[in-house]
Amino acid sequence: MQELIRRYGISLSVIMAAMTAFWLLALVVIPNLVLFKFSFRLYLPVDQLGGPNDVYTLKNYITFFQSPIHINVFFLTILYSSMVTIICLMVTYPLAYILAKVLKPTDTATFFLVLLIPLWVSEILRSFAWFIILSMQGPLNAILTGIGLIDKPIRWISGFQSVVIGLVYAYILFMLFPIYNAIQALDTNQIEASEDLGASTWRTHWRVIIPHAKPGIASGCVMVFMLCAGSVVVPTTLASTNSRWFTEIIQQWMFEGLDWNVGSAYAFLLLVLCIVFVSLVMRVLNVRLVDIAK
Amino acid sequence: MTSQTFAKIAMRVYLALFLAYMLLPLAIMGGAGLNNTRFPSVYPWVGLTDRWFIDLWNDQRMWGSVRNTTWVALAVVFISVPIGTAAAILLNSVKPNVRSFLYGFMVAPILTPGAVIGISTLLFWNSFGVSAGLYLSVLGQVSFVAAYVMLLVLARLQSFDPALEEAALDLGASHGQVIRRILVPHLYPAIGAGAIIAFFQSVENFNVTLFTRGNSDTLTVYVGSKIRSGITPTINALALLLIVVTVICAVIYEVLRRRAEKRAAALVAAED
Amino acid sequence: MSEDVHLSQICMDFGSFRAVNNVEVTIKPGEFFSFLGPSGCGKTTILRLISGFMEPTQGAVKIGGKDMKGIRPNSRPTALIFQNLALFPLMPVWENITFGLEVRGVSKELRRAKAEELLQLVDLHDSADKRISQLSGGQKQRVAIARALAVEPKVMLLDEPLSALDLKLRQHMRAELRAIQKRTGVTFIYITHDQGEALAMSDRVGVMSQGVLQQVATPQEIYNNPVNGFVASFVGENNVVSGRVASVAGGVASFETAKGTFRAKLGASVAMGDQAKLFVRPEFCTLQQSADPSVNSIAVEVTEIAFEGNFVNVFVRDQSGDTHMVQVQNDPSMPPPAPHTSCQMVFNPDSCMILSEAATARSAH
Repeated sequence: MQELIRRYGISLSVIMAAMTAFWLLALVVIPNLVLFKFSFRLYLPVDQLGGPNDVYTLKNYITFFQSPIHINVFFLTILYSSMVTIICLMVTYPLAYILAKVLKPTDTATFFLVLLIPLWVSEILRSFAWFIILSMQGPLNAILTGIGLIDKPIRWISGFQSVVIGLVYAYILFMLFPIYNAIQALDTNQIEASEDLGASTWRTHWRVIIPHAKPGIASGCVMVFMLCAGSVVVPTTLASTNSRWFTEIIQQWMFEGLDWNVGSAYAFLLLVLCIVFVSLVMRVLNVRLVDIAK
Repeated sequence: MTSQTFAKIAMRVYLALFLAYMLLPLAIMGGAGLNNTRFPSVYPWVGLTDRWFIDLWNDQRMWGSVRNTTWVALAVVFISVPIGTAAAILLNSVKPNVRSFLYGFMVAPILTPGAVIGISTLLFWNSFGVSAGLYLSVLGQVSFVAAYVMLLVLARLQSFDPALEEAALDLGASHGQVIRRILVPHLYPAIGAGAIIAFFQSVENFNVTLFTRGNSDTLTVYVGSKIRSGITPTINALALLLIVVTVICAVIYEVLRRRAEKRAAALVAAED
Repeated sequence: MSEDVHLSQICMDFGSFRAVNNVEVTIKPGEFFSFLGPSGCGKTTILRLISGFMEPTQGAVKIGGKDMKGIRPNSRPTALIFQNLALFPLMPVWENITFGLEVRGVSKELRRAKAEELLQLVDLHDSADKRISQLSGGQKQRVAIARALAVEPKVMLLDEPLSALDLKLRQHMRAELRAIQKRTGVTFIYITHDQGEALAMSDRVGVMSQGVLQQVATPQEIYNNPVNGFVASFVGENNVVSGRVASVAGGVASFETAKGTFRAKLGASVAMGDQAKLFVRPEFCTLQQSADPSVNSIAVEVTEIAFEGNFVNVFVRDQSGDTHMVQVQNDPSMPPPAPHTSCQMVFNPDSCMILSEAATARSAH
């Protein structure tokens, strides 16, 4: 704080501190604390607020733990989000390496520019695109029947397969950028030194490149998992009756049941899930929170 | 064919496949906006038509949502850019342990699911009488958009020489003048990029807005509801427009960038 | 109109580390004063104390008789030339130069004119609209000086400004800086670790070591009459012999050493019976065939000859195995003795001094 005042004077420092405090307190910390508090209170009609029934209780959470359907959906969400994360990682890593080390810098810049287009077009349109492709009358079925691979159109949008396809397409770029950044910062001389000493390509990757890319990999995995688990659009568009996503249940509580208290409890569970995942990744891959650098 | 050339070819094929994978779905989606069938599709191709664009033009609800989205996005830019910049400058001047502590809180919104941000914003500000609507959406979006601005400005701050501030002070400048004439000009690229990213993040945001919008429509929510209710290719027409706009922006940016690169190279050559 | 700078018993502590220890000196108005010393001696700290970026832990900085305590850098009548110059990269040269005027609300036309005037003063023509990146090292120096002069400071503070330049440019800039100082009459306070610079440019020099001011005097005094061993060895070359003061008679002492007894001037703060060191400059030594009883001499053998251009350094070794250096003018008609020649290194008692071992050290905390 002293350094801040020394550099910018007291009035400007106070202004900057106030703006930062407003952001962090009023928009980040306190709302989440309120969420936490709400999850422990019951959904009561207005006249009962503050009355004898307005107590702190675990009932909202118990609702979740007593609902096998909801628990099942929760775990399936975790399972498929993890699957998407792994798929994205497998596909993106070689790509990131090629873009960072093989291609000329100007070519890479152009490549990223082109990739920016799907990114700016919004995830809702990205999932809608696949909705069209995968629909019964869509081009996928048309091509497959056209070349005679199948006889009748397949119902692609069923079960979790369509959701996974949609999620991969929606969020794969969020895995690409951090890994690309991390590999790009690696001194190419190290790779050449490794090869010069006789290491095979696989070994060079395993022992030289991947350790250096770890923060980027961690960052990408965290982002993709969080986006998948918290995704609303993709599962809504591309799911069907036999594939529900956890966020859909939260929506139900908030909008159809109007029970913001149970909704907040479920939302808090989602938040806890993401925090646990982040900590897990940080522990396993041995990185700190400074891995998020876009 | 040597393994070297095989590897090279394989890499290029991989890149091309990925590019196709990314762009083809958009092309199909956009193309369906031109095809004269009721259900959006590209195959079979019935005929080129502009009726979906006309329907789009006449859709008042769509225009309303565009207005709302633009209003929210501009508000988000005007609030989050100053906050993000102030936070970055502050972060850059505090002790390392305080810095790590604050950094964690600042980056947290990026790692938080949009639904959680939306709901927590709703619950908190509701108790202050800010009901769900556009104002609430602005507040919800600022919480994580400011983080993106902060990261950009913070990165740019690393290349700033603090001695410049001292030189300005030594020459008699007030603190305000130092920030205005010395620090902020250095940060312009990051602030500019931050404003652009803030704008686009706000426009394309769905998860937070879904919970904070109340009865107001924003573009993404409008598209979402149309997908659920009754699909006509008007959405595809909209998508095509958005894609075209983005492509144009991307092309302009690339042309400007290449021109700036050429100018910089010429300057270096001239000095030799 | 420049002013004097009075450092009154200044101390600067960083935790338990005392960087500046009871420095007391008055720099006269219009004087070119240098603080000279090795890295870490506290000279940079003193500059920051005068400019206002730090406040002293004890003591006071007074400029023109006025105590500067609590006065921020932007309100002090000083201008600082930074070591890395800190020129504003996003402004053209003329805007850099008149930045100090801009923040005082001077109009653009007046500023432009003033910039041209100052560019003439520092001998930099047709550069007003150039970008900083287009300038050479020497040109950037001059812009930095012009920028500082534009605010008409009472005191100019210069933080080793020439250290990044090559030799020829450095020598040229020394003369330039001196000329500018004489022309403008502003008090210059200059810090450097290069003793040649300090001696060549300054009216007076303050030699510092470990936060303590060792000696404040004219360059001639510092060189010819160093007050202790540190100053003697930091400024210029020396031949050193350790020994003990045996007797004193009228300012001339008899100094007992392992190499013999010598007669020499007694320096300040050295008394009879003290262990001390004898210092004699290489240029006051000569090599002769035989010993001369009226002067000091040491039997030596020539080991190496180093030709430096206008003078020649002759390295010799005495019977104890210690190396000494004799400096002679380059005279092709009278070359120095060849290596392996045995001769006597001879020096006059008037040309050497007995000084205390080392500098007055930092007081322990």
